[in-house]
Amino acid sequence: MDKITVIEGVAVPFRRSNVDTDQIIPAQFLKRVTKTGFDDALFFQWRQDPDFILNQPAYQGAKILIAGPDFGTGSSREHAVWALRDFGFRAVISPRFADIFRGNSGKQGLLAGTVPEETVEKLWELLEAQPGMNATVDLVEKTVTVGELTVPFEIDDYTRWRLLEGLDDIGLTLRDEARITEFEATRESWRPRTLPIRSA
Amino acid sequence: MSTASAAETTSAIEIPDRPRTLAEKVWDAHVVAKGENGEPDLIYIDLHLVHEVTSPQAFDGLRQAGRPVRRPDLTIATEDHNTPTIGIDKPIADLTSRTQIETLRRNAEEFGIRLHPLGDVEQGIVHVVGPQLGLTMPGITVVCGDSHTSTHGAFGAMAFGIGTSEVEHVLATQTLPLKPFKTMAITVEGELRPGVTAKDIILAVIAKIGTGGGQGYVLEYRGSAIRSLSMEGRMTICNMSIEAGARAGMVAPDETTFEYVKGRPHAPQGEDWDAAVAYWKTLATDEGAVFDAEVFLDANELEPFVTWGTNPGQGVSLSETVPDPATIADHNERAAAERALEYMDLTPGTPMKEIAVDAVFMGSCTNSRIEDLRAFASIIKGRKKADNVRVMVVPGSARVRLQAEAEGIDKIVEEFGAEWRFAGCSMCLGMNPDQLAPGERCASTSNRNFEGRQGKGGRTHLVSPLVAAATAIRGTLSSPWDLENAPDSVRVEEVAR
Repeated sequence: MDKITVIEGVAVPFRRSNVDTDQIIPAQFLKRVTKTGFDDALFFQWRQDPDFILNQPAYQGAKILIAGPDFGTGSSREHAVWALRDFGFRAVISPRFADIFRGNSGKQGLLAGTVPEETVEKLWELLEAQPGMNATVDLVEKTVTVGELTVPFEIDDYTRWRLLEGLDDIGLTLRDEARITEFEATRESWRPRTLPIRSA
Repeated sequence: MSTASAAETTSAIEIPDRPRTLAEKVWDAHVVAKGENGEPDLIYIDLHLVHEVTSPQAFDGLRQAGRPVRRPDLTIATEDHNTPTIGIDKPIADLTSRTQIETLRRNAEEFGIRLHPLGDVEQGIVHVVGPQLGLTMPGITVVCGDSHTSTHGAFGAMAFGIGTSEVEHVLATQTLPLKPFKTMAITVEGELRPGVTAKDIILAVIAKIGTGGGQGYVLEYRGSAIRSLSMEGRMTICNMSIEAGARAGMVAPDETTFEYVKGRPHAPQGEDWDAAVAYWKTLATDEGAVFDAEVFLDANELEPFVTWGTNPGQGVSLSETVPDPATIADHNERAAAERALEYMDLTPGTPMKEIAVDAVFMGSCTNSRIEDLRAFASIIKGRKKADNVRVMVVPGSARVRLQAEAEGIDKIVEEFGAEWRFAGCSMCLGMNPDQLAPGERCASTSNRNFEGRQGKGGRTHLVSPLVAAATAIRGTLSSPWDLENAPDSVRVEEVAR
């Protein structure tokens, strides 16, 4: 997982609340065998509308999504985070996230920061006044900046640390790799081995 | 790698000076790092079983992160969920299924994983293959991206199902961060009557404690009735622990276990064997160890069991009738029973034995081992199946199929009028071509009677291989006790028909 410190890029004023994971990625895309390539599936139904915000030229290449409250509710599918990430998003800012979605985001390197609802409204107004303008999400300082406005966002310390260090679950475990290796050295030789193959 | 002395464990933690349960002993011997302040322990995984459905994204995750599989020598893959059981030499028709199979083959090649593909002599249901190769043994940890991994607990292993992210975690690190489970003793005392089997025990246990009764627990099956079961029977019981909500089920290893493991291709040999057995003998729950919960069941009174509803806890003895939801006190359970009866198209008060079936499925990771096929064959031998009943017999692995054929079971099945298939998960789950049609009713030796599990609109009654055989003969749900001229092995004179 890449380390995140400062994310700068086009920000999308996403005036929707209760965006559930079925909207983020519908079930028909769950049959795939990869963990990437879900960019076409993101908001699949909404993108059928040519006027949908992500279809507008100003927002191409967007990296930051600024959404209404209760983002990521519903099904636990990890695919929702994969789809946002594959589309190019590195951060989602919302007044409130569903727990499972927020957990999945932290594990997959997508920054999910919370700000009060009235702050989101201010950010939306600034971004809508100048479609396609950049925003900056600074994970070190825990701030979002749009133009002259800089506001703090919240993220729990543990997730912030993991994102700053670029550690996924596996990365975290591998920090203990020396202990795993040490444990392996003490395993008894009767324990099963699948290789080399022995057959009946 | 050093050969540790017999009773020595490899734990990184201090072993508490108090009586411990089997589950605690196996857990303690696999702690790589002890979690503090409520953090999970890091547990070492001895054996990782892989199949085509839950592994693709795990391998893709490794690829993205540029990580190798840490221990290909503790990992083995087979194809089972998606595979057809006829025409296995032809390309798989369903595109999603074919893609998953082809993806597993590519991943196994790329990451150096041993794979037994469709057509290979060691191919089969992942939970049949592990024990058969001698890879499953007492005192080890086993995981697989499949909830029925609990099967392997029959050997006194700690075995449980995991999700795709965890599959990736095990592939990369050979460990899992886990919080300790609670323990529940399920004691089954007494002697089973002829015709009553391990499947009837576990269906009765689930009916007793409910589908959520085991949540958060590792179940340990104990008592004289469990001790006298074969390994196949113990696997059937541990397999369905998940249907009681438990993560895992275990049976303490004994001579029956050692006898089963000994001489299998990957069983320990020579000095390793002696060291292993000496250690395995220390695994049984200590006198005075405390379980978090205890359940008792009388084996003497048990009859062949069958489910009437749409979860494995909705079951009764075959001699009983379809229950009346009005008599169920709990509001939620009553509503669930009403919904189940509507889906199953059953009327309260109907004797279970008057329910006619359209199909009989003999197979699945619950009941597809050689002993299961022998039991089924012992009942149908020399008889003809009921008209209008489709009967499918699906061995759990290619090896089981070969062994059954060497014993002439395939001929008995074919002369009976049933279909003799190639190995796979088959009609246990609607993921391959073997499915029920909407409205069809099936007596099935599998593990889940959920709505649509065996095909959209299909109706499932979970039964033992003996009940499946008797039902295939009579065309209605039947106990082996109901058969005219039943073999002595299942005959009980004093039972009222």
